[in-house]
Amino acid sequence: MSLSVKKDDKLSDLFLQTKPVPSGLEGFSGLKSEARQILLERGFPTTKNEEYKYTNISKRIADSIENPDAPSPISDTSQIESYRELLASIDGYEVVFNNGIPDLSQTDMSDAKFDAQLFSAMDASVAGRIGTIEKSEKDAFSALNTLSFSEGLFINIPDGTVVEKPIVLIHYVQADKNGDCIHPRYFVKSGKTSQATIIELTVYTGSQTVFVNALSEWSVAPNAHIRHYKLQDGHKDTLEVHNTSADVDRDATLMSVVLSLQAGMIRNNLSLNLNAGNCEGNMYGLYLLNGKTHVDNHTNVDHTQPNSDSNELYKGILTDHSRGVFNGKIFVRQIAQKTNAFQQNNNILLSEDATVNTKPQLEIWADDVKCSHGCTTGQLDEEALFYLRARGMSKESAKALLLYAFAGEVLDKISIEPFKKYCEKIVHERLGGSY
Amino acid sequence: MLSIKNLHASVEGTAILNGINLEIKPGEVHAVMGPNGSGKSTLASVLAGREEYEVTEGEVYFKGKNLLELSPEDRAREGVFLAFQYPVEIPGVSSTNFLRTAVNQVREYRGQEPLDAVKFLALMKEKMKLVEIDQKLLSRALNEGFSGGEKKKNEIFQMAILEPTLSILDETDSGLDIDALKVVANGVNQLKSKDNATIVVTHYQRLLDYIVPDFVHVLFNGQIVKSGTKELALELEQKGYDWIKDEVSGTAV
Repeated sequence: MSLSVKKDDKLSDLFLQTKPVPSGLEGFSGLKSEARQILLERGFPTTKNEEYKYTNISKRIADSIENPDAPSPISDTSQIESYRELLASIDGYEVVFNNGIPDLSQTDMSDAKFDAQLFSAMDASVAGRIGTIEKSEKDAFSALNTLSFSEGLFINIPDGTVVEKPIVLIHYVQADKNGDCIHPRYFVKSGKTSQATIIELTVYTGSQTVFVNALSEWSVAPNAHIRHYKLQDGHKDTLEVHNTSADVDRDATLMSVVLSLQAGMIRNNLSLNLNAGNCEGNMYGLYLLNGKTHVDNHTNVDHTQPNSDSNELYKGILTDHSRGVFNGKIFVRQIAQKTNAFQQNNNILLSEDATVNTKPQLEIWADDVKCSHGCTTGQLDEEALFYLRARGMSKESAKALLLYAFAGEVLDKISIEPFKKYCEKIVHERLGGSY
Repeated sequence: MLSIKNLHASVEGTAILNGINLEIKPGEVHAVMGPNGSGKSTLASVLAGREEYEVTEGEVYFKGKNLLELSPEDRAREGVFLAFQYPVEIPGVSSTNFLRTAVNQVREYRGQEPLDAVKFLALMKEKMKLVEIDQKLLSRALNEGFSGGEKKKNEIFQMAILEPTLSILDETDSGLDIDALKVVANGVNQLKSKDNATIVVTHYQRLLDYIVPDFVHVLFNGQIVKSGTKELALELEQKGYDWIKDEVSGTAV
């Protein structure tokens, strides 16, 4: 871990220049200087770092990112047509991140039962929560976000509140020129027995090379039930890192569904800390990759107390020269008896040049637990394909039907119907089937 | 309807069929019997177009068309139906959606209008009765978690929906208890007409009590070594296959 910073480390030169803390964020200066110190000491990960063995995103950033500061805000995001139809059908509370900066001025909060505050205007009582769930020491890009964010969003769902409509976080990204980067940051605090669904979308306008380094922290109080759906669909020159960390308390559930499509390179770090009894962490992912898209999902679930459950299913369909990486860590601490932890990663490779690197990593110290993991990587089931064709289905539509069925197991986890329909439609188009 | 001449086929370099000759006319039921490994299922698979099998010699014509040149789906669309010995479980694919897609692709090939959801449902309801299959099964994923008998019923149900002119039943009876066997056989019998034909591939004579064949062929070492009527099947049931083997090796000496 303690890789020393070399003089020619371009990323350190780019990101670690001393800068004044943005006004309004003075309260975070300690957090930021700690993040800077960690990055100075450790630098950015290379492929020599086990955690980034297959995903040389540092090099991709070094090769293509020029500006440490976010591009200027998009003047009028209301004119951006992408997802307009989807957003209308979801009919949720839309919160815009304009080139990384949350902008609440467009959000209709009139009947909202939750509140949203900017970091620069938040109550001192909650400001101390920022950076406590996702700590800078965990990941270099997490530290980089903490060092670099110039605004953030704090979402508070009060105790006993059920937010009926989804909260939709829309990241609008428009680089001024090639090589820009942004560092979106938010924190979701859900109170006891609250319930909410958060949908997260990133909308790129333009085709510039851009690096999105997002971080979110989730505090899930006893008996709260939170669902988080994220759609990642950029273009061949988008680089994304998402650090997502949650503390889950007793009787609570957190579900994460990540759907990854087009990108240059995406690295998702998802960490769930199951900190009490009878809580549940569910992690689902689907990646449909083509071209040279590279998507890396690193997940980490930590069972620290007895009687908690985790379920994990990541599925990938890869073609062309694309690459998928999956690493699933499950920790079961010695006192965490009666843990149920299930993990599965299944991949279908449709071309000779597509690659998957998958690694389950279970560390279990308790002795009365049910844990299982499995991974498969293979081609489409020829026997099933022949069966469908023998009934008169064309090879193409039989293939598409099988792939769609494979992907469907993850899509079925999405419970917001219009969003699910939308995801089904794009997966459908992606798999090329009219059946 | 079907004319097989000197058919040779191999899988991964091993010859399995060594010169099959068979003529089938509309309205006929042919039973193909033989000991394990004689090539019965290979014959069924080659006719349906399974790609692992390489046809090394011979020809197959179906309704005047060179069957071997057609893809598996085009064979199905021309009217060939294979009831699988081991129907495949396909998680995530609903039986209903799959069948409707299949039927409509077949209809399109034949120049017929596609069936809309309502008409398709009516067709399903009508054919479900034929094999006493539960609608609940059809709303589930294709064959997933079905019992052996349910899978075989589902094969005959699909056959009823697709209305083939040549049905090949590959050991449809194996593993079935007598009740399930009767249901399956009854389905097949009701679908018989003067215009279509059936090939019943089986190891056991029992099925032929219910689906009565016009001809019985005994396959051994990839060749039809004996043909006869349904009495031949009874003789095989009584005497086993050894006398056939002896007879074959006897004539070879």
